[in-house]
Parts: sequence; structure tokens; C-alpha cells
Amino acid sequence: MSVRDKFGRPVVVVTGMGIVTSLGAGKSDNWTKLVAGESGIRTITRFPIDGLKTTMAGTVDFVPVAPFTSTGLSERLGHMAVEEAIAQAGIGSKGDFPGPLFLAVAPVEIEWPQRLELAHEVGGTHFTYDDLLKVCGGGKFVNYHHRFLFGSVADSLSDTFGTKGSPISLSTACASGATAIQLGVEAIRRGETDVALCAATEGSVNPEGLVRFSLLSALSTQNDPPQAASKPFSKNRDGFVMAEGAGALVLESYDAAVARGAKILGVVAGCGELTDSFHRTRSSPDGKPIIGCIRKALADAGMAPEQIDHINAHGTATPENDKMEYVGVSAVFGEHTGKIPVSSNKSMVGHTISAAGAVEAIISLLTLEHQLIPPTINYDIPDPAILFDVVGNKAREARVTAVMSNSFGFGGQNASLILTREPA
Amino acid sequence: MSETRSVTSAPVEVWITGIGLATSLGEGLDANWEALNAGQINVDQQGFAPYIVHPWAKVNLEAQIPKKEQRQMEAWQRIGTYAAGLALDSAGLKGNKDILSRMDMIVAAGGGERDISVDTAILNAEAEGNCTPGFLNDRLMSDLRPTLFLAQLSNLLAGNIAISHGVCGTSRTFMGEEVAGVDSFKIALARIAGGQSDIALVGGSHNGERKDLLVLYEFGDYNLKNEFKPVWARKEHPGFALGSAGAFLVLESKPHAEARGAKPLARLSKVVADRARRKEAGSVTGTLDRLWSALDVHDAPGAIITGATGAEPVTSEERAFLDHHKAFAVRSSGTRFGHTMEAHFALDLALAALSISRGALFAPGDSSGVESEMKEAPTQIVVVGAGHYRGEGMALVEAVK
Repeated sequence: MSVRDKFGRPVVVVTGMGIVTSLGAGKSDNWTKLVAGESGIRTITRFPIDGLKTTMAGTVDFVPVAPFTSTGLSERLGHMAVEEAIAQAGIGSKGDFPGPLFLAVAPVEIEWPQRLELAHEVGGTHFTYDDLLKVCGGGKFVNYHHRFLFGSVADSLSDTFGTKGSPISLSTACASGATAIQLGVEAIRRGETDVALCAATEGSVNPEGLVRFSLLSALSTQNDPPQAASKPFSKNRDGFVMAEGAGALVLESYDAAVARGAKILGVVAGCGELTDSFHRTRSSPDGKPIIGCIRKALADAGMAPEQIDHINAHGTATPENDKMEYVGVSAVFGEHTGKIPVSSNKSMVGHTISAAGAVEAIISLLTLEHQLIPPTINYDIPDPAILFDVVGNKAREARVTAVMSNSFGFGGQNASLILTREPA
Repeated sequence: MSETRSVTSAPVEVWITGIGLATSLGEGLDANWEALNAGQINVDQQGFAPYIVHPWAKVNLEAQIPKKEQRQMEAWQRIGTYAAGLALDSAGLKGNKDILSRMDMIVAAGGGERDISVDTAILNAEAEGNCTPGFLNDRLMSDLRPTLFLAQLSNLLAGNIAISHGVCGTSRTFMGEEVAGVDSFKIALARIAGGQSDIALVGGSHNGERKDLLVLYEFGDYNLKNEFKPVWARKEHPGFALGSAGAFLVLESKPHAEARGAKPLARLSKVVADRARRKEAGSVTGTLDRLWSALDVHDAPGAIITGATGAEPVTSEERAFLDHHKAFAVRSSGTRFGHTMEAHFALDLALAALSISRGALFAPGDSSGVESEMKEAPTQIVVVGAGHYRGEGMALVEAVK
């Protein structure tokens, strides 16, 4: 018999997960370190940090990429996460994944090492941009064409894992990972496919990437010690910490998963998204778009606020985000707010930007599996204006049946997911 | 191959109820229509020589974008935000807060322009021997404008449309060159047809007057050089001339449109996409053939509007596919507008819907023999998009009977 949710749609379950963060590769390593409260944030060694206001990040340094490009690292991390997810799901055969790919990926640009390479090819000084343009053609740099196309990471994943159809690369800024999952959920609910690969990857710790966020005053400058920089919900928080990583999930209809005897890791019960048109980088002060986003996710799951027993917060540790997340959540959850344990994985892994929504959905599902909530580390001076029950500094055992995972990004991008252990 | 019609209950009919076009040929539907039929092509062969680009026809930006918002945008965002406003006007939705606040949006986008002068200055300084460890950091910290990042971010075209026009139901940005445009319509159509959405603003924008983009495509020798020729006449010297255009469409479920008294310009019946393994010769032709059979195309009077780029070998592969459908009148938008990358599929869908609504196909654009006159009013137009490097897509636009 076909299992449907209360709206008559196919139930969407997770049958495979893969993760890479600054803490390590794979679910096992990440989970052990997350619940031990370890930080993956360290002083940057990939490039010189002289002159930078922020000198630490959650870089993934244990994955060699040569010659280094941020897009190349994104691609490599994406491969690692997807490989782990597909292996766990045990679906399809090698190089033949039986569904589409939805990939959250950072916007792509030619990077400084390649720009410098062109300048060196021109030689001399007092050259113009036209001189650079003149040396680009003729095949010498042909690989850079493909490398710096926006679709290149999805291309590579699609080739290797044999996903079906046209792979979709997307960006909704810091909500991208959640959007990739939402696209997969929608496709399965429409009955277009029984299975989808939803992945998100980020490798953007390079000088210009760091400087751009720094110029917007978005980053923490509490460089020493780097492990203590990311302080979600603390009074002395001063910004987020850039980080790298990837997450991948195999989504399936419940029926298809059961039919092939797959182990069900959790359910994507609901997705909500709502745009904020107040400002390019700031939330509407009344919190209405965040409130609406959370309500849409609850409505999509057909759940009441009281049924949510843990929030995996966006919790970037910027002064603005954490305040607005509290405003939004408390408006929806009312008196129940203080009864919900809240935690931010970004205190340990940093903000994996395009990947964060998927990385944190996976950590939410691991939380459901282990009935243990990873801590928000560096929570020594609680912000008195944020009355969350923050899981501070030490992991907490708890009965967790439904997790809300929030993602709020530049450009007014808000997305919330609701993940449960069993079909509602 | 994936398609959009296979929903569990009967699919909802999806209408195109608004079109916004701001291109190198002008602003608005009348100006573009008249320019197409007059055979106009707007190319700049000097400003970027030896490369050829199609410059954006200047508009009065304030008609769609408040001045203080314009200052926060780079050209590609202004072009797109402007065209999005035209689409909302065309659909009769401008200022309709009730609908705009729940309107879905999918934008196909690349990224924004670099600050060429900053890049050139930094590279020259490095060449002059400035190579201390902190050199690049110092220069970036002092030379980059803080707001430039937001003007470059892919999802900030959607962000600007939300801010300027109040489109704030949902917002998704698809990237990945030409096929991102196809996928944006494929997903928007599937969501409406499947009852997950009632109304959506879908489209993209591209600014071809960008040397940083010429660099990217020159790596692969894709830029058209020295002499402008129509797309079908470029085989000896293949390549595309970057184009500048904003193109947005309002897609709407038939019941939603009827309830507010909106008239359809055309119906968007189907959108399909795939990704040929292009290492094998003939794979693009084969993929296009399969996509065609996934559309429900009847015989004449029909037409094909293609975004063929002029790059090789993909353009020749597409011509082999077109040869299988000689009863259909073909139009290359690339000849007329240049190649507008992520925005191009939206541009072609706009031209198809416009042609259906005006009861005529616009005039042929060259004398190569590929494009022929069409006397009848087209009732079906197939839009074809094969990316210069990857990705193929097709859509069927039909008259609403």
C-alpha cells in the first residue's frame, strides 16, 4: 500500500547521507567531534593572512587540491559527500544513480592565481585588461573555461555518479543547501522521480572571499584563539566564521525505499521558504519574513509548533542574525520557545555558507538518530536578549522526534526544514 | 531525461500572462517586435574589438528601479530588475501586493561584473614587484568597494527584484550557463502544473558588455571575432557574440489567471532538459531528437526558435537536428540578440509567446537558407536551447484555444 502524508503526497525519506566539514570527513568522525564539542576553526595557512582583519576559518585542509581553486575544492568535497551518501543508501550501481541531482554551489569566478597567471603570460608592466584578454585564447588556458563555468561542479558530479537528466546548480546564498533539499522533496512529491540526490558544497576560503565578507563587517575578528571565535547566541558574538564543507543526501519516496529494503534514516516532513524584501543583507526588523518562513514549514509538514522538540539554528553568530532568529522563532513558538533546546553547529564547524543547509540537515538527522544534541560551544556569556534554551558547551541527551533546521541568507533568502524520525 | 508533466493528478494548465523584454533591440514588446521585423541587429564591433558584442539599448531606468536601488546594482542586475518590472506590468501585477507577496520567483543567473580597473591595477602592481605576503590582502581590503560583492552575487538579482518590485513569495536562483534558463522554466512549470505554485516570475539577465566574461569564454576560443555574421554563417569562424538582455515571463495557472481576469499570451505546455555526453560526436543531435519526441509537437503550422550560439561543434549538431524538421520555420535569436547565456532561454520563450500572441512569426534573420518565411499564424512554437559547452533543453509554447 502506498504511504502518503496527511496531504496525500508521497512521504519523502532520507536513505543516505554524506558529510565533510573542517572537523573531518564522514558522519562518524564528524559526529564524534560534534558531540565532544570540538572546533574545526583554525588560523588560515592556505594563503598569507597579513593585513586581514579576520585570520581564521573552518578550512578543509586535509583534502589536497592542486592547483588549488575554490571551485576545485568544492568539487572535491562534493564528490566525497556524495560518495558516502550513495554508499550508505546502497542505491543504483556504480556510476548509475537513478535520479536527478540538485546541487547547491557557490557562485564561480576566475580566481586570483589564474588572473596572475594571465598577467605573467603577458609579461612586463603597464599592461591593460585588453592585453590580458589577448593571451587567453589559443588553447593554452582551455581548462579554465570549464573550471570557471557555474555548471562545472554539477557536471563533474553528474559524470561520476551518473545522475539522470539535467543537473541543477543553484544558489540561495546561505540557504542554498536547504533549497537543494527542497527541490528534491518537491520532485518526489510531484511523482516525477522516486529518488533524488541533493548535495551542497562550499570551498570559498580564499583571500577575496574573505575580504568581501570582511568589508561587509559580517565576520568575527576574534582571531585568538580561533576555536573561540564563533559564539552563537553569546552577548560578545561579533560575526560568523567562514568555513568549507559539503553535505549530500539521498532522498527517496517512502514506498520506493521500503520496496528495496533500504534503511530509512529520517523523514523530510516539511519545507518552508519566504523572501525578505527589506534589505540586501539585513532582515526586516519586524521579523515577519522569518516568522512566515517558519510557519510555512510547519504548515507544509502539517505540524503544530509544540511538536518541534529541537531547533538546529541558523545561528551564524552575527549580532543581527541571532537576534532576528530569536525574534522569529519566539513569535511562532510563543511560550513553547523556552522548552525547545536550540543549538548552532556553526559554533564548531563555522558557516559553510552554500553547504550549511545540507550539512546542518544531516547533523539534525544524526541528532534524531542518536537522541543527543550537539552543543553550541563558546557559550560563556549568554545574550540576555536571546531567551533560547541554548544547548551550551556540552552535548545534551534529549527525546528528539522533530527538528527544525533554519537557514537565512543574504538577498532575503529564508528557508526552514522539518526533519523527523518517522513519517508523521 | 526528465520531464515535467508526470504529476499524480491531472496537471494544471499553465499560461504565460506577462512578458518583460529589455534587449539590445530596445525596451518592451512593441520595440522588439518592430526591430525584429525590420531586420535590425545592434552590434558593437569597435568597443571590444576584435570581439563583437550586442550592447544593451539604454532605457530610463527610473521607470522601473528607484534611483537609490540602482546605485546598489551592477549593470546585469539593473537589466534584469528592469525587465522583471516590465513583465509584472505586462501581467497587470505591478503593485498588487496580495499576489506579489506570494509570487514564486526563479532566476537564471551567472555572476556580476568584476571591477576591471581594480583587477588591472592590482595585477600591474604585482608585476612591478609588489609581492610581499600581504600585498593582495592589502589591495583587496582597500580597493574593493564593499557593495560590489552584493552586485556580483548570483542570487542578488532575485534579491533586487524582491526589493524593487516586492516579489517575495519564494526566490530561487539557478546557475549553470544556458541550461540554467531551461531548468528554471522546467521547475516553475512543474510546480504550477503539479499544484505546488499558482504564479511565478521566471527569467534572467545578461550583460554582454563585459571584458571579464570575454576572458572566460576566450579561454575556450568561443568569442566571435572580427566580423559579424549570422549564427548559421559562422562555421568557418565559429563563436558567439555576447548579448545583453533581460527577459522575464509571468507563468500562471489557468484558474489563477482566470480568477483575476488575466488573459493568456500563450500556453507553456512542456519544458524538457537533458545533458548529452558531448565527448561522443552526434550526442547533441541525438539528445535534441529525444527531447523533441518528449514534446507533443503536431505538424504545421509550427515554428522553431533556437538560441543556437554559433559555437562549434554544437551548432552543426543542432543543424543536423533541425534538418529532421524541415516543415518548421526556424528563427535564430542568437543572430538578432547575440548570446545571452543564462537569460537566453527566457528570451526565446518570450519571443515564442510574443509570436503566438501576435499571430505571426517574426521575419527571418539571414539568407543562409535555414530560416524561411512563414505566412501562417503559428499555433505551436518549439524553443530549442543547446548550451555552448553543456546542457540541452526544449519547450513547447502553444496558442490557447
